[in-house]
Amino acid sequence: MRKIAYAQAALEALQEEFRRDDRIVHMATDIPIELREEFGEERVRATPISESVFVGAAIGLAGSGYRAIADIRMATFGFVAMDQMVNQAAKITYMFGGQARFPILIRMSIGAGMSMAAQHSISPYSMYMNIPGLKIILPATAYDVKGLLKSALRDNNPVISFEHSTLSTLIGEVPEEEYIVPLGRANIKKEGTDVTVVGLSRMVHEALAVAEEMAKQGISVEVIDPRTLVPLDRETIRNSVAKTGRLVVVDEACQTCSAASEIISLIVEDDNIFRRLKAPPRRVCGLDVPIPYSPPMERYVIPSRARISAAVRQVF
Amino acid sequence: MAIDNNTLVRLYRTMLTIRRFEERASKEYKKGSVPGLVHSYIGQEAVATGVCANLRKDDRIVSNHRGHGHLIAKGADIRRMMAEIYGKKSGYCKGKGGSMHIADFGIGILGANGIVAAGLPIATGAALAAHLEGKNRIAVVFFGDGACQEGEFQESLNLASIWKLPIIFACENNMYGVNTAATYAIAGGEIPRRAAAYDMPVKSVDGNDIEAVYETAKEVVTEVRAGGGPYFVEFKTYRWHGHFEADTIPDLRPVEEIEAWKKKCPIACLEQRLLKAGILTGQDIKKIDTQVMAMIEEAVTYAVESPLPAPEDALEDVYSA
Repeated sequence: MRKIAYAQAALEALQEEFRRDDRIVHMATDIPIELREEFGEERVRATPISESVFVGAAIGLAGSGYRAIADIRMATFGFVAMDQMVNQAAKITYMFGGQARFPILIRMSIGAGMSMAAQHSISPYSMYMNIPGLKIILPATAYDVKGLLKSALRDNNPVISFEHSTLSTLIGEVPEEEYIVPLGRANIKKEGTDVTVVGLSRMVHEALAVAEEMAKQGISVEVIDPRTLVPLDRETIRNSVAKTGRLVVVDEACQTCSAASEIISLIVEDDNIFRRLKAPPRRVCGLDVPIPYSPPMERYVIPSRARISAAVRQVF
Repeated sequence: MAIDNNTLVRLYRTMLTIRRFEERASKEYKKGSVPGLVHSYIGQEAVATGVCANLRKDDRIVSNHRGHGHLIAKGADIRRMMAEIYGKKSGYCKGKGGSMHIADFGIGILGANGIVAAGLPIATGAALAAHLEGKNRIAVVFFGDGACQEGEFQESLNLASIWKLPIIFACENNMYGVNTAATYAIAGGEIPRRAAAYDMPVKSVDGNDIEAVYETAKEVVTEVRAGGGPYFVEFKTYRWHGHFEADTIPDLRPVEEIEAWKKKCPIACLEQRLLKAGILTGQDIKKIDTQVMAMIEEAVTYAVESPLPAPEDALEDVYSA
């Protein structure tokens, strides 16, 4: 199969959906050149640095029969558009009694690892998981980013895609032919029998690397990538933990009230699975500090393979 | 009078419908028949009426927390509005939104909105849709003087201007944000100057003079529809009631000021002119009021008799299919 970069796969998703549906409009401060060249300046619009208004305009477009993409770039910039995302996009379908659809795709990059410091590094998806009305995707591979963005662009709800900055150059297999990845379907990245490791975003790759190491020591790790946080494929995670009896969740976001916390809650609240647990589940998360600038500190606060390995050993 | 008689009578009837609707909503709120919050539009009826009378059914509006007047003027069904305020399943939003969130997408009402200035970006998007559709539709957003100090106001005027979008920014300057005077809150004092700085034409009119509102809106709508880009209109007006109908926030505005504005009642002013010009008789006026009151009564009956939603209906409509 051909191999392309994550960013290229994401672009292909947009190009294909733009060709398929001429009511899609793209708004961003930095326009994707390829998209502009093919689809023109009316549909691929450059905005001023005004996140609130272009996210709000995406809502107005969507409520008027269009399908809008608002690319905010960094999740940290998204905070200036919180009113439009949280009070408006997430709630108005509901508040208006379901009488209108708001098909909106909001893209934001997340994560640390590039010495960009706290105002350019954050993984805030769990904050948005607490807001009913939003769907949340977390693509970790080139294949998934293309397939999930295509699904998001066919969904009739606001969908936020959180894409890790360091993944944009990641090369992966992406078929030439059309495909989508449905929202709400986790991917078992590696089957195993002894312990379930759920990895989020870039941590999927770290979990896989640790799983390989563990295999050499005779520990069979099952690695799961939920791929979407809302809706969350609870069944795949539950089934896996029911089988292995052990769970570690690896999430680069800060630990408090994290997606990792939510995933562990859904396991320990399940009577059947709780009885089958062989050890308390563990979280491996970002430390509860803003992301620091200097590389040794930055490496320290985000989950490392050593911390993941240690957590896996602790559940035995 | 440049406005034909039929139109004047129509404007009168719409204003009176808003007034009677609001009086009843207020009364029922104070009686405890309806929950939540009700923000009264009494005193400002001419603005919604005069602007919306110049709109097509497929033009889109975005309203705000004080939105009943805009919805009625745009043609919303007052029975379903009242039912929504009562929290009934037959309401516009099945009881999920209430007074501040009534919408009717079928007639271009993209919703009232509980966050000050939040409707401006959404309306800007509706105007972008109108631009892309190429059917000469326009968008209108109603907001108060209080919204002009929000960032979303600045961002929206700027974006609408650089994209030359077909939108009317209809600012109802009722002189107060809750109890904070616009004269205190607005640097420079004059809101239209701000809009002008975003390179769009501006007008400022007496928002209690329905004829002035209607004529101004007509001219502005025509210009925006013809592709002239965004337009900003300030309507100087006043709300008779406090910020909302609850007494949790006292009305701190000077009593003399409130009384002076009541003398400039937009409905009474038009009524006097209609009588003076012989367009309507006292008998006609009475008849219209009786008809309007009957409609309001019917809306209240509809609301009262409609079933409440089932508690578990709360779980529906979070997502669209």
